[in-house]
Amino acid sequence: MSEMNTPVAAKMPSTEEIALIKKFLSDTTLFLGPDPEIMQNHDLMPRTEDEERAVGKVSDAHIIAKIRDRIQSGCDEGYEMVEQMGAAPGAKWGDVITGVYSASGDLAIASAGGVLIFSALVHHPIKFIIKNWMNDPTVGVREGDGFIHNDSRYGNVHNTDQSMIVPIFHEGKLLCWVASTVHEGENGAIEPGGMPSMAESPSDEGLKMSPFKVVENYQIKRDILTFLQNSVREPKLQYEDMKVKLFACLRIKQRIEETLKTDGPEALVSTLRLTMENVRAEVKRRVSQWPDMTVRTYIIQDSTLRENCVVKINCKLTKTGDRLIFDFRGSSPEFTNRATNTIVAGLKGMLAQVFLCYVWPDLPRGQAAFAPIEVITDPHSIVNCSYDAPNSQSLMSIFTGFTAGQHAVAKFLYSCPEKYTKVHAPTFNMINTFIWGGVSQHGETLGNLCADLNGMGAGATVDRDGEHALAPIFATMADIGEQELNEEEVPFLQLVSKKMTRDAIAPGKYRGGQGYTMMVATKDSEQWGFMTTAQGAKIPPIQGLFGGYACGCYPLSKVKGVDVYDVLMNEPHKFKHSIEELMNERPFDGASYTTHHMGMGFEISKRGELFMISQGAGAGYGDLLERDPAGVIKDIEEGLISPGVAERLYKVKFDPATLSINHEATAAARDEERRARVARGVPFKDFVKTWNKPKPPAHLQYFGCWGDDVGTLYVGSPDITRDANVPKPNYMRHPKDVRIEELEARLAQLGALAEEKQ
Amino acid sequence: MKVLMTEYLRIDLDTEHWECRVCNHDIGPATHSYKEGTLVHNRDPREIHPPILDPEKYRFTFSPDPEWVRILEYYCPHCGTMVETEYAIPGHPPLYDMEPDLPALKAQWAAREEIKDPVVGPAVVADQGHKH
Ligand SMILES: [Zn+2]
Repeated sequence: MSEMNTPVAAKMPSTEEIALIKKFLSDTTLFLGPDPEIMQNHDLMPRTEDEERAVGKVSDAHIIAKIRDRIQSGCDEGYEMVEQMGAAPGAKWGDVITGVYSASGDLAIASAGGVLIFSALVHHPIKFIIKNWMNDPTVGVREGDGFIHNDSRYGNVHNTDQSMIVPIFHEGKLLCWVASTVHEGENGAIEPGGMPSMAESPSDEGLKMSPFKVVENYQIKRDILTFLQNSVREPKLQYEDMKVKLFACLRIKQRIEETLKTDGPEALVSTLRLTMENVRAEVKRRVSQWPDMTVRTYIIQDSTLRENCVVKINCKLTKTGDRLIFDFRGSSPEFTNRATNTIVAGLKGMLAQVFLCYVWPDLPRGQAAFAPIEVITDPHSIVNCSYDAPNSQSLMSIFTGFTAGQHAVAKFLYSCPEKYTKVHAPTFNMINTFIWGGVSQHGETLGNLCADLNGMGAGATVDRDGEHALAPIFATMADIGEQELNEEEVPFLQLVSKKMTRDAIAPGKYRGGQGYTMMVATKDSEQWGFMTTAQGAKIPPIQGLFGGYACGCYPLSKVKGVDVYDVLMNEPHKFKHSIEELMNERPFDGASYTTHHMGMGFEISKRGELFMISQGAGAGYGDLLERDPAGVIKDIEEGLISPGVAERLYKVKFDPATLSINHEATAAARDEERRARVARGVPFKDFVKTWNKPKPPAHLQYFGCWGDDVGTLYVGSPDITRDANVPKPNYMRHPKDVRIEELEARLAQLGALAEEKQ
Repeated sequence: MKVLMTEYLRIDLDTEHWECRVCNHDIGPATHSYKEGTLVHNRDPREIHPPILDPEKYRFTFSPDPEWVRILEYYCPHCGTMVETEYAIPGHPPLYDMEPDLPALKAQWAAREEIKDPVVGPAVVADQGHKH
């Protein structure tokens, strides 16, 4: 025994031995999983010798700009092709991106339209291909090849998105890559539509394509295609869109080749490299103009989509000189069996959108704009989840992470004289829409979603109201699509759509843009259902800015035991066009009326049953007592706010019949309210004495740090904590088990379980 | 020199104090959170986000749940302007939301002209077309 414990002088291996050990390890690797070296790094790859040579030869700003514009229009052309020809609803509304990547895999130039977050993610699978397949004799990368990928753990938002990646060669040498990515929807997961909230492990999340070759000699390999089709609910879609993405890539390839003919390969390589390096340098310069400061904020997720609970996204943003550091430590630990986790690259991709869409929209779109910005997280965090955690509903965490970033950034921008956009309150961040699936009226199996998720209300800005149902935070140039066209394909109608939900407001000096009501009911199919995947039915998912309020909450309402199509045929006067009237007046005899949080697992619907939700409002900006009274009256006239609520909140006095404003009475009412605030407000130091508590409240299932102590994470209870740096499993119980236990306890109390054998 | 930090707050770099931009009230030292110089009101969120569905009938009403979240409203103690809001979990300590580095701020503004009216930023305007 003693011999074993005797330390022996360690012998350092020689260089030769190290090389041998490395070769041994790489030859005997049993599984090439996601590579942390690739996945944790979002900065640009170092300049290669080829790039150095190219930049030395061609660096004239005019030539670079000309070639960049040509490549950019090539990307836009590819984007248009996918949007016009793609079969996925996502393609039709612009949930697409195309781009050109450097030989090392960095995204240099992306299409002007579409979902930019993909562009911050697809460089990961390309780098995986370069590292692992390029020199592997069983795979290789050759002219005419195409690679497919969807597994988020190798670099993606979630597994509904599929990429086609094509290497571009010139005279036998790899010059760059082109890729096209689409939110395809269906992917064979346990729920239709590709974003299962019921997933309790990655094995429930459907197709998990690590990057692999699916195209040779520019032809899709039929055997592999058939396997993929056989793995999803929409085989036609799988084939069609693989073809469309391939041809979009080939069109961009054609544009690159034209540039090569006129300007040569060095000019192209130099353009890609300098575009990235110049953007990166410009971002550092712009950051240096901000005040040196630390800004703190947090955004609360109020559910895992399975149950309501309190999940903190904690954000500390620090700017020092030309460094900008997002610190998300203290955010909730990852959930072992809930799907709302995200890989950290997804969070970074979404934070990149804060800058490229809302702060510096003038910068060329690509990977470089976020490259110099730093991100810190805890290990196994909800914003940096592990390989074993499900992440099909990562949108919940990347969107709340985005909002934390957007909220924090606004506080830096106000004082900065150099501005590229207006200071902006947070935009609504939840995908309040219906995901659907089943067998259509044409007998086809479908699984996808309504493009209405793109109708997020915009936040107010420094000098104007937010726009209604404007655009999703992940794609400022996306569209909502034509519902009537959609209804030709799917067996349900949106009986009410695009009607603003009254009183679902975000007040302020400038109010947030509002969201609209959606009511859907199935028709012409006995095998059709819906799901919803959003948070924010108990706690607003955003914060207001500079005294503005956030939005309120948005639940799901259901009316069952009725066929509204019969009602519309026989007693049309009974149908009402707002959730408020239908739910409060209950006009259908014998029907049931219920409300729920917005995490409805896939549910089969009967003909004529109503499922009703609302889009959300962006946040308000500034003190609501400073709102122009005319703006308040306009909101009443447009049905955004009811007269009583408007008068009570904004302290505007007006004639209820004519809506003419009494300016004097309004000014007096507002002065009185300011005095009332001073009277009811408690000095901060006294307030915190009674308000501050040392732990989260016992009545809430709370996840994340409490206060400033980011080293301690609460895990569902004020009495259960863990060290932020020491990951542990975090299992949630089945909500039905929890409910059964509650009901059994009540039965036991009543003595009704006494006879039951245990 | 004074720096306009938010819609309602500025920092006087000479006195190193936060000031209210509406009434010029001295809020307190800029080495601390401006919140320490404000009055706070713990607002029931249902008062701002009114229930659209009848709370007697339904579990979810479009109002935030007052046992799950509160709105902390921060007022200027002199003029009553609401300088900030914070949607907070009950009992969660208020955030030190803006902690400027004062020496760095002074150095930065030493090279700049004082700005009295906030810079709004560019408006989105319709494209005027391609011209030479
Ligand atoms: Zn004041």
